[in-house]
Amino acid sequence: MDDMFKPSRRAFLRGGAAIAAGSVAGSVAAQEADPLITELQDWASYTGAGVDETPYGLPIRFESDVVRRNVEWLTASPISSINFTPIHALDGTITPQGCAFERHHSGAIELSKQDYRLMINGLVDRPLVFTYDDLERFPRENHVYFCECAANTGMEWAGAQLNGVQFTHGMIHNMEYAGVPLRVLLQEAGLDAAGDLSDKWVYVEGADASSNGRSIPMEKALDDVLVAFKANGEALRMEHGYPVRLVVPGWEGNMWVKWLRRIEVTDAAVESREETSKYTDVYADGTARKWTWVMDAKSVITSPSPQMPIRHGKGPLVISGLAWSGHGRITRVDVSKDGGITWETARLGKQLDTKALTRFYLDTEWDGSPMLLQSRAMDETGYVQPTKDQLREKRGENSVYHNNCIQTWYVNAEGIAENVEVS
Amino acid sequence: AHEGAFGLGRPALPEEIAAWDVDVLPDGRGLPEGSGDVSTGEEVFAEKCAACHGDFAEGVDNWPVLAGGFGTLADEDPVKTVGSYWPYLTTVWDYVHRSMPFGEAGTLSADETYAIVAYILYSNDLVDDEFELNQDNLATFEMPNRDGFVIDDRPQREYAEWRTEPCMENCKDSVEITKRATFLDVTPDHGGDS
Repeated sequence: MDDMFKPSRRAFLRGGAAIAAGSVAGSVAAQEADPLITELQDWASYTGAGVDETPYGLPIRFESDVVRRNVEWLTASPISSINFTPIHALDGTITPQGCAFERHHSGAIELSKQDYRLMINGLVDRPLVFTYDDLERFPRENHVYFCECAANTGMEWAGAQLNGVQFTHGMIHNMEYAGVPLRVLLQEAGLDAAGDLSDKWVYVEGADASSNGRSIPMEKALDDVLVAFKANGEALRMEHGYPVRLVVPGWEGNMWVKWLRRIEVTDAAVESREETSKYTDVYADGTARKWTWVMDAKSVITSPSPQMPIRHGKGPLVISGLAWSGHGRITRVDVSKDGGITWETARLGKQLDTKALTRFYLDTEWDGSPMLLQSRAMDETGYVQPTKDQLREKRGENSVYHNNCIQTWYVNAEGIAENVEVS
Repeated sequence: AHEGAFGLGRPALPEEIAAWDVDVLPDGRGLPEGSGDVSTGEEVFAEKCAACHGDFAEGVDNWPVLAGGFGTLADEDPVKTVGSYWPYLTTVWDYVHRSMPFGEAGTLSADETYAIVAYILYSNDLVDDEFELNQDNLATFEMPNRDGFVIDDRPQREYAEWRTEPCMENCKDSVEITKRATFLDVTPDHGGDS
């Protein structure tokens, strides 16, 4: 290992001094010359790591807070549970796979490509079994899509509960997938036996113990659903369904079946546990909605936010966030600094695909006074992201799922942000 | 090779389909032959299920409650159980048979599954202690909340109203903070600003 990477007393002391100086020098003209500039630094003199040091790298240690986190009290067991993407610290739209959230119902399983099998059966002309290698021989497509858990923001229905955008909005990731359209695999098995497809379904299930079976109407199955095996350029991570998962653009994450092992064409929905007991949404009167598949337009400011306070004082401030819609493209995001009295239209970052995360920025000036920050997304259908009160008026507080309300952060004069609700 | 466009994959054999295609539809298709009564179910449940779900399916600690909760769906905190919420008994059979017990899924025989489901019905006071469940009477069993579900009605209830040009200025007279997450203080320490 190279000398530079051994912590030395000299380097430690200098580093400490640099942090103290930096926190002042950030906004004020330097009173004395900056030793980080005037003194020769180790990294400008000694050598760094060789190319043989890290065959597959992890982020630099200074970014160790940019990790998935879980909330123990949310579930009975970490095996059937959720963790959260650190969206407060990310930028752009692509989620690094290593910190992209996980949701399992019986843990993340290890399934090799050699052991992998995919069956298509039911109302098809030829029930088939594919190996992993078979799948890679079908024509492939690339798409960027968000996967949002139906329960994202679900803990916030009754009030402001978790103090961080990672926890309130982090059951989401956005990746570039490579895979085969489900349509192509269904055609390989043949749909003549199914007859009129308008009333047909596909039931999809995983290889894990929970199976996570869900019913998808044939119209969606033949539209844009992907059987994916690569994400962000490489194989799926184990926890994201290696070697094969379903990608169901715009629809609730539960339907993105991981470790996909079987696709069955049926003449009715199976009404499995994951579409009756779970992923159904109770109204205030006790009736419930089922088959609430699409994730509606939603947005959130990721910085400033409770985990990303303003540290630089008054002056230029970048308000940054994410917007997305299961109905298509985001066309506009408005930002309010006064709790929704006045709105400014933000600048959208590059849009990679429809039904994908979109970055927005509002480049503004902070005068040091408290703010009530909100963002409001609009999609190409003209749908405007509602407030939590608007949602509660329609649905009550026991929906559990599909909370796409406008989020408010209270930023105080010190720049500290807090999750709040406003009138 | 087969007649598909690419000739990829190979025909699935009947015994392979039988091994994996075990889902059960609401009309009962997919149920295997078999039966189980409440008293057998009580024994199997005590051995394989009660450690998490309680002797009477009432739930232990944070584990799911399978019984009770009738009439609570419109309450502030609804108790959604097999009895109070699930629309179809076929789903119970299918899920128990495929995915339970947690950590030892797929180990229950058809008869054991019928017996467990019969006992869950008994725990919900939906059958008496003599009741026997089998492939012929399961799908016709009417669950209390069978008609409690509507198909996603957002297009009618919400989209029509919310696809309008939003207000940009003077949208309300004043704003007050009504709820604060820091009052609850339930966020893990490592989640906040360090």
